Amino acid sequence: MYYRIEVSTKPSLKDSIGEDIKKDVQHLGIKGVKDVRFIRVFILKARKLKKGELSRIAKDILSDPVSDIYNFTGHIIHYNKTSTFVEIAYLPGVMDPVALTTLKLLKKIGIRTIEDIQTRNRYEITGNVNKRETEFIVKKLLMNSLIQLWSKEEKKVFKESKPLKMVKRKVDIIKKNDKELLEISKSGLLSLNLIEMKRIQDYFSRKEREPFDVELETIAQTWSEHCIHKTFKGIIEFNGEKIENLLKATIVKATETVNKDYCVSVFKDNAGIIRFNKDYNITFKVETHNHPSALEPYGGAGTGMGGVIRDTLGTGLGAKPIAGTDIFCFGPMEFPLKKLPSGVLHPKRIFKGVIAGVRDYGNRMGIPTVNGTIIFDKEYLYNPVVYCGSIGIIPAAFSFKAPHDGDMIVVCGGKTGKDGIHGVTFASQELDEKSEVSSSGAVQIGNPITEKKLLDALIEARDEKLYNAITDCGGGGLSSAVGEMGEELGVTLHLERVPLKYEGLRYDEIWISESQERMVISVPDKHMKRLKEIFNKHNVDFASIGKFEKTGKLRLYFKKEKVCELDMNFLHKKYPQSRKKAYWKRKLFAEPVLSEKIDLQNILLKLLSHPNIASKEVVIRQYDHEVQGMSALKPLVGKKNDGPSDGAVLCPFPDSKRGIVITCGINPYYGKIDPYWMAVSSIEEALRNGVCCGGNPENAAILDNFSWGDVSNPKILGELVRASYGCYNAAVALKVPFISGKDSLNNVFSLKGKKKSILSTLLISCISICDDVKKTPSSDFKEAGNLIYIVGKTKKEMGGSHYLKLFNRTGNSVPELDFKLSHQTLKKVYFAIKKGCVKTIHDCSEGGIGVAIAEMIIGGRLGAVIYLEKIIREGKLRDAELLFSESNSRFIVEIKKQKKNVFEKCIKGVPFAQIGKVEDSGKLMLYKNKTKVAVIEIKEMVRKWRQRIRW
Amino acid sequence: MVKKPEVAVLKSSGTNCDEETKIAFELAGGNAKIVHTQELYAKKKSLDSYHIVVFPGGFSYGDDIAAGKVWATEIKHFFIEKLEKFIKEGKLVLGICNGFQVLAKLGLLPALDCKMEQSVSLIFNDSARYEDRWVYLKKSSKKSIFVKDLDGLLYIPVAHAEGKFITKDDGTLAQLFENNQVVFQYVNKDGHLNGYPANPNGSIGNIAGICDRTGRILGMMPHPERAVLKTHYPNWRRNRIKERIMGVTIIKNALNYAKKTLL
Repeated sequence: MYYRIEVSTKPSLKDSIGEDIKKDVQHLGIKGVKDVRFIRVFILKARKLKKGELSRIAKDILSDPVSDIYNFTGHIIHYNKTSTFVEIAYLPGVMDPVALTTLKLLKKIGIRTIEDIQTRNRYEITGNVNKRETEFIVKKLLMNSLIQLWSKEEKKVFKESKPLKMVKRKVDIIKKNDKELLEISKSGLLSLNLIEMKRIQDYFSRKEREPFDVELETIAQTWSEHCIHKTFKGIIEFNGEKIENLLKATIVKATETVNKDYCVSVFKDNAGIIRFNKDYNITFKVETHNHPSALEPYGGAGTGMGGVIRDTLGTGLGAKPIAGTDIFCFGPMEFPLKKLPSGVLHPKRIFKGVIAGVRDYGNRMGIPTVNGTIIFDKEYLYNPVVYCGSIGIIPAAFSFKAPHDGDMIVVCGGKTGKDGIHGVTFASQELDEKSEVSSSGAVQIGNPITEKKLLDALIEARDEKLYNAITDCGGGGLSSAVGEMGEELGVTLHLERVPLKYEGLRYDEIWISESQERMVISVPDKHMKRLKEIFNKHNVDFASIGKFEKTGKLRLYFKKEKVCELDMNFLHKKYPQSRKKAYWKRKLFAEPVLSEKIDLQNILLKLLSHPNIASKEVVIRQYDHEVQGMSALKPLVGKKNDGPSDGAVLCPFPDSKRGIVITCGINPYYGKIDPYWMAVSSIEEALRNGVCCGGNPENAAILDNFSWGDVSNPKILGELVRASYGCYNAAVALKVPFISGKDSLNNVFSLKGKKKSILSTLLISCISICDDVKKTPSSDFKEAGNLIYIVGKTKKEMGGSHYLKLFNRTGNSVPELDFKLSHQTLKKVYFAIKKGCVKTIHDCSEGGIGVAIAEMIIGGRLGAVIYLEKIIREGKLRDAELLFSESNSRFIVEIKKQKKNVFEKCIKGVPFAQIGKVEDSGKLMLYKNKTKVAVIEIKEMVRKWRQRIRW
Repeated sequence: MVKKPEVAVLKSSGTNCDEETKIAFELAGGNAKIVHTQELYAKKKSLDSYHIVVFPGGFSYGDDIAAGKVWATEIKHFFIEKLEKFIKEGKLVLGICNGFQVLAKLGLLPALDCKMEQSVSLIFNDSARYEDRWVYLKKSSKKSIFVKDLDGLLYIPVAHAEGKFITKDDGTLAQLFENNQVVFQYVNKDGHLNGYPANPNGSIGNIAGICDRTGRILGMMPHPERAVLKTHYPNWRRNRIKERIMGVTIIKNALNYAKKTLL
């Protein structure tokens, strides 16, 4: 029997969710909608419910007596029957956290007759809406057909298909020719190329047997771009020069060259590790989740966050996540709906979905999201870029791991389903119990509470030293996690022991499923009992599924039958290096000719309301950026808590002043001109921001995240090489090590047969240590009468600037970097902060000096007078160039008069000048040789800056 | 050695402010431990030796069904008698954010006629989204022992999606004020009742926190445990942060009361 309960907010109360949807509907251009009311639907499956049970569940468990109404005999109707009703259900196999929680709760309190539950969202829409408009609302706002369906079936709980019989399948490859080998790779969705297939063929020929399907899958997963970074580690022929291993030749080499003693573990583990103090280390990892976020923004971004948090938990013996970062690139929010190609979600929807996904995962896990930025550009219309970072803290003694011979392999956390199995095909029609189609793995919904419980339980087990190694199940699922952990020893594993979400998975699906919220640990038998107690206390599912044994082999069994036996050495060491061609030549853009007469006031206000520069407060406030009580510099600062910070400062221990500074640098527009200088500028920007937050540039580490387009195109691969060279030179010159990184290549969208690659986008994330959080400055002007200084020289570097963007130009004079001077500047500015003479500092980046000073005024709700002629420059610059050039190595600093001498002494040796004063005028006044050239009211600046990005 | 009050910071699946709440009580002079309610249900642990119980913030069970609902339902089934006994012994209960949602849904707050029946709730913010922002709180009555030495405005953060305080009916609202059970109201920096964002969620009567008839149970949406160190403040670089505006004051009041009457 199916029972149906509907719950909705009382008609007398405001329905906030409904109203939010109404707002979005109006944004779609449908003006006829009068009201939207949200109704939650629970469908219960039970053989028979006892009398009174259904009403008890509806009344006591599923509704709130103060705020809700419920109905278990029919529909809730707020207005009347003629309203439009739509009901959205999850497709079978898609995570439905509310249903799971409810089912568990009912069982726990003794209502055991319920077999299954599904939740749905129902909407009552009133007003003047026709069928076509309703369909538009549903498809554009209320559902995503990859995970949901618009259901007219009122009662059923959608189920997975019946269990499948175990079929052991061999794949014949030994006698196949090249063409056939490629066909096997293609039809098996293995993404292996011919050289790789031949290597595998050769292996099995020597073994004198044909491989099982799961063996091919395992090799394909292990040798995938995702797992081994074929391109980055492969052979690249660049402008005729041969690079053996780009990663080793640039990023890794830089770290080796700068050779910093605070690096504890680099490029080896799931995250990079640096020393914090003598007892604790800090971990940092940043991941991309571009593709899933394009298809299902909420689930994609949420599971991106969930994944990188698991990376932290899977570093060393498990670091505790203490902060997150998020950096996004989206298409323009105002992009006309009508021009949107089919198959592409509107940027506004991606924006809202991605932020909600990161918000819900981070907030629910109790991990503050402390730093980030957003870039809006039409280049990201087809493929958004979603970076999620996670910072963790770990007792120094727990920084390394290795499974021991004889340890049990324990999988814990979420159960395994069909999620993520080669992006299974989806059905667009309605599904029912007979349907065999499950949701695509490319799109998943996470369950942060499952991961939170897992985190709590694992940290407890770690502190009791119950396991010897840990890693997360990410891409490739168990195959990657167990395969990597057992690389040095060997693995014997029984696939039928893996806890499943539902029946009907084949053994190979269990092995490569990418179901969320799972970790693998290596546990000595003697600790299993205690481990069980801890897991039970935290309600965490787990199972012992095999053993690490010194066999050098990966052996998989399903119901006692052997289905895989591969040599670890072959799997991990014998993949053929890829060979690719790359080419780069500087592209010349039209050199813009702009009028002499530029209205500075107008330009500054336009820049302040450029979506890349404008306030992201509406996003920042949705993230819990303070949970865990470590926050010492928040993303928003100043008199009204709305000025932009350059980064975040965390103080992890209340009895110590030592802090962690988290910042980033990103500017894909420079890469259009030259990816080399993009990389260099991004590294300096990240470090500059770090210094602005009081971080020590000589105790800093950086992470690289490349989001690139189609790297089979030599030009695009050439950009990657060029950017890597920039990374190497800048890191070495600025003496900062890379500790971790990730590349997401092939961000391509096929539009009518034409490949659309994203703008090559490099994110540099930076972590640095500060000795005393109480000395860390912020970006808001503090007091009228204080002096304003500039540090650094302004050059005519308008290429890729936001100023030229206002005129739809790119230009060529991309900001470059004087490496030696940059190193000196960063050190000296930090020294001045350490001396305690800097309370306010802001870096000059997008929008140059003009935007930097405006932001400082907004933060402090004060004013400033600036004398343009005092700004240090190289060559002849017009006023607009002086104000909006984006030259590197520049800071704006506010200094008390009494500290003038100390500051100047600290900073001596790098270019600096006093350029003006803080005033309580509510205006930015610009003078040039005693002539007033512009006056900009703070009210205008605040309005332009704050009102651009709306939810 | 002076004895310290014992504080149990409760935890369920999805609780996430337990550690900083523990630290806040310790910094303020208490002895705090995190106790998983699963262990209370299973009778592996008890509250007998504690003087203060805190239901901390977080997302117990992911806010599934409604915020605090699942945890409250569990407690109602497995632990309510013990909790009532704890309260009858004159001990203290504090619910912060998700903890307040649990206390309200349990009916422990406001318990107008000393009857445990839900009469208030915390529902979706008017903005329909989660918001983290700092708010000013006015002390609206002296009834709660948690606000004893408090004068002037408190400045502490809220961080929630479901924090809009509502009552069953107008009578309940009137009674809350009449009984002096409204402890905190959201105000602007000048101390006046005001609309968004001073009132961050649209709460009826700008109510941010209420107590029971005895004044020993307090539920509040804002987070005092995130306003314990001066560097927690968004503005510590600009303004001198005085202790009387800090969240730690509430915690100290609770500990002082426990020291005086329970130790």
